[in-house]
Amino acid sequence: MSDLTRMSAGELASALADGTTTSVEVTQAHLDRIGAVDGAVHAFLHVDAAGALAQAAAADARRASHDGPVPPLLGVPIAVKDVVVTKGLPTTSGSRILEGWIPPYDATVAARLRSAGLPILGKTNMDEFAMGSSTEHSAYGPTHNPWDLTRIPGGSGGGSSASVTAFEAPLAIGTDTGGSIRQPAAVTGTVGVKPTYGGVSRYGLIALASSLDQAGPVTRNVLDAALLHDVIAGHDPMDSTSIEKEWPSMADAARAADVSGLRVGVVRELGGEGYQAGVRARFDEAVTLLTDAGAEVVEVSCPHFEYALAAYYLILPSEASSNLAKFDGMRYGLRVLPDGVGDPSAEQVMEATREAGFGDEVKRRIILGAYALSSGYYDAYYGQAQKVRTLIARDFAKAFEQVDVLVSPTAPTTAFPIGEKLDDPLAMYLNDIATIPANLAGVPGMSLPSGVADEDGLPTGIQILAPALHDDRMYTVGAVLEAMLVSRWGGQLLDRAPELEAVS
Amino acid sequence: MSEPQATPAITRDEVAHLARLARIALTDAELDHLAPQLAVIIESVASVSSVAADDIEPTSHAVPLTNVFRSDEPSPCLPVDDALAAAPAVEQQRFSVPRILGEEA
Amino acid sequence: MTTAVERLTPYDEAIERFDPVLGLEVHVELNTVTKMFCGCSTTFGAEPNTQVCPVCLGLPGALPALNAVAVESAIRIGLALNCSIATWCRFARKNYFYPDMPKNFQTSQYDEPIAFDGWTDVELDGETFRVQIERAHMEEDTGKSLHVGGATGRIHGADHSLVDYNRAGIPLIEIVTKPIEGAGARAPEVARAYVMHLRDVLSGLGVSDVRMEQGSLRCDVNLSLRDAPDAPLGTRTETKNVNSFRSVERAVRFEVQRQAAILADGGRIVQETRHWHEDTGVTTSGRSKEQAEDYRYFPEPDLVPIAPDREWVDQLRSALPEPPEVRRRRLQDAWDFTDLEMRDVVGSGALEIIEQTVAAGSSPAAARKWWLSELSRRANESNVSLTELGVTPEQVAQVQRLVESGRINDKLAREVFDGVIAGEGTPDDVVAARGLEVVSDEGALAEAVDRAIAANPGVADKIRAGKVAAAGALIGVVMKDMRGQADASAVRELILAKLS
Repeated sequence: MSDLTRMSAGELASALADGTTTSVEVTQAHLDRIGAVDGAVHAFLHVDAAGALAQAAAADARRASHDGPVPPLLGVPIAVKDVVVTKGLPTTSGSRILEGWIPPYDATVAARLRSAGLPILGKTNMDEFAMGSSTEHSAYGPTHNPWDLTRIPGGSGGGSSASVTAFEAPLAIGTDTGGSIRQPAAVTGTVGVKPTYGGVSRYGLIALASSLDQAGPVTRNVLDAALLHDVIAGHDPMDSTSIEKEWPSMADAARAADVSGLRVGVVRELGGEGYQAGVRARFDEAVTLLTDAGAEVVEVSCPHFEYALAAYYLILPSEASSNLAKFDGMRYGLRVLPDGVGDPSAEQVMEATREAGFGDEVKRRIILGAYALSSGYYDAYYGQAQKVRTLIARDFAKAFEQVDVLVSPTAPTTAFPIGEKLDDPLAMYLNDIATIPANLAGVPGMSLPSGVADEDGLPTGIQILAPALHDDRMYTVGAVLEAMLVSRWGGQLLDRAPELEAVS
Repeated sequence: MSEPQATPAITRDEVAHLARLARIALTDAELDHLAPQLAVIIESVASVSSVAADDIEPTSHAVPLTNVFRSDEPSPCLPVDDALAAAPAVEQQRFSVPRILGEEA
Repeated sequence: MTTAVERLTPYDEAIERFDPVLGLEVHVELNTVTKMFCGCSTTFGAEPNTQVCPVCLGLPGALPALNAVAVESAIRIGLALNCSIATWCRFARKNYFYPDMPKNFQTSQYDEPIAFDGWTDVELDGETFRVQIERAHMEEDTGKSLHVGGATGRIHGADHSLVDYNRAGIPLIEIVTKPIEGAGARAPEVARAYVMHLRDVLSGLGVSDVRMEQGSLRCDVNLSLRDAPDAPLGTRTETKNVNSFRSVERAVRFEVQRQAAILADGGRIVQETRHWHEDTGVTTSGRSKEQAEDYRYFPEPDLVPIAPDREWVDQLRSALPEPPEVRRRRLQDAWDFTDLEMRDVVGSGALEIIEQTVAAGSSPAAARKWWLSELSRRANESNVSLTELGVTPEQVAQVQRLVESGRINDKLAREVFDGVIAGEGTPDDVVAARGLEVVSDEGALAEAVDRAIAANPGVADKIRAGKVAAAGALIGVVMKDMRGQADASAVRELILAKLS
């Protein structure tokens, strides 16, 4: 039979439904692929072969014993970002400080995957505590972009994006605080969706910035993302910020495939200067395709987006500095005793543990956050940033009075070489310039491939933004655009990625 | 990255103070490295203060919700072995921690 | 402890020279079934770390979910203290590191308390002090540390600590007064009376166990001195760990004396946290507020704002119980107690139980007599509260009925209580089992009286001569002869009849 790892989740679901294959076969094929290529890619921090196969066998048994309908993705394996707490599976959030931690509970997202019968292949690499845009800030070494192993796969969810790009998993879970699902999708030629804030439960996601974090699908096509979105979304009483609402089926929205009469806004502030020529060219072509499909395209202005990055780098570090305070070596995780101190106090042990357990970027942001929240600075920084957030939300509201969805390039550049921006925080932060506004306003965003840049042959992404609660709109627009692009390319974009050599 | 200005937005001493507040025992070398980086970042993010927003309500939740409550009904606790499983040290079924710098003098 | 002995100004002298200003911060543990932000049980005294979950252990990824009853209790407390109830308020994070705090921040209300600007009237020996309430806000409790290796079990000198997080996350309401001025020399008593009054209010609301000895009611005492009542406020100290009513009074008195000694010498009061030591009756310096932590408060992003519905608040207001001072006045009138008697009743915390005993059929006077003398003594001896003694208000009423019917006397009643407390059953059971009934056998009684008269001819003569008061001596003899199991009034009647 054809290579199971090359099939989309939707195709695998059909093959499982009609009995052409089994979940055990599919899962084993992906485990084999991980075994073959992950030495080079390093998408995974932990692979749970035994657990995944056991879940696959259970999924097969469930399908066999069921007369009626089963969950659509039953038996389709998935990779999960290491920021998601998984009972019995090591969970580190890419940090040394949590090395070896085996959680005693499941995140709601993990629990929903399990109850929908998706075998969990393992945990994917990420920038430490999701702070970064390249996955180079992982305490366990960088992940490599399967398009060019010397380049970054985006971040923070580079492990998830690389795992689907390298056909190690058909589906992955990511989290997106400022672009950590969408930017990796853009630079790996895959699809990533950040749902409306509150759409997917945050319970059990190791918090970076509570008011911005959101988990979502990482896949190779729009329909797969929609199918996975339907599994993980929905109200959860364990997350007080979770929205109580009956969500429409995203899969149905993706299958709707009609954008005639749809009003599309190109965000003036998210493009132009600072965006690589190839990124701009592919974006412009994609917009033209939407016009061809009957959409009405206009330019809209969101003047306060200019301040989004600054507001974000005040709000995120502030919340993160508090969220990460719990990592102190007292109850779980690493405990480091200070050198040369006899009989150290708890305070000294906390300081030594956090010094040894956190990487540079985490330290930078914790200190920045402590600064922004300090009495005397609070109003000027954190307080003001929250007001800017209101202005950005108003820009969105105004834009969505004129148009149904907004579009922009997802990331200003294609994948850059590993090491290039590692010690230049500001340059690194600019990777998220186009994705951050959605997090600040809580609106949903999707990135899908728009092609490859002429200058370097690396993937570029287009971002689709919709009003809060209207995630389904992105899936409709995304699916239409994807179909037109794929037909223009004459096949999947990932078919153009170089074949990875199996390493032993 | 641009060179830090003569008077940085944040001094090395301030960084050292914040690191203590955040319980991170930064080394001198790290302080030398981080302080100028933080100064550059702070100068950059300080642009938020130039936005006229005096009469603007701050947003702390992207989607406004109020009154989300849980009923006062018990749910299962962790088995005590699970609760203590990850602890670096356990004694008498409690988390053993180094001596606490006293509030009592 | 290494602190030098503080110099103290004699209290009267201190008060003559300075005007004390009080401030009280009381933490109340609510008696909700579950914790503030998770479904873990709040039962006191469970085995360590058996009432914890990812949320209250601060495990990575866990999120808080607010207990509706805690919010309701907070609002009811606010209303009972005549506070305004916020139309919109939030939780904040108070960031500081401490091993007994799992997240290294406390989820607490900061500048948006759920209740604010209230007052309550505290009665002290018939005088009423109106205490202004600054705020009542919600927060979560911390875990509990056991300090190991030190000589005293104190934090100081211990070589490590053992933390139990069962208490972490239990809902607390912190009630903060505005500065209490004008108490003068009575400041220590006012402080104590206020805390006792709060106890009564909270107990009436049924929102807390209000047990200071179990830590469900905890008090921090702020005190400052100034030269005169119209002078600006002086620098205050905050004394923590004041955990009995008596200590509240003692701690205020101690701080007045300590601060007066410093000020009289031209010294300066350091704004600081001080710790109360129950055993030695002194306060010692804790951390100085001048180098205090920067708590970096910000609104808790994991919780959404609380906007209590006005109809709900009105409904809670209309369902409030009678305020304690109104109830006390009503009961005092109904029971016909003197001010002094009533003060004793309230002071012993016996109001509720006496009310129940009266409701069970006892006369108010008898109920007061039993609970305040005989039963209080036993409770004190075994170091339990009246409600824990093992005697119910119904049983006390039953004992009293036995006395009034003449079946037992007061002396035998004490034995009946012994039996009830020992678990021998109802008062009737004890009387029967122990054979405590007063001897009503006329023959036996008459013989005993005859024996007494015969043995004490002189006394008998006096009675015959009309000195009725002398009968007491013969009654004593008869009662002794009967081993107490006789009705003294019946004996008296018999003696007088025989000698008239």
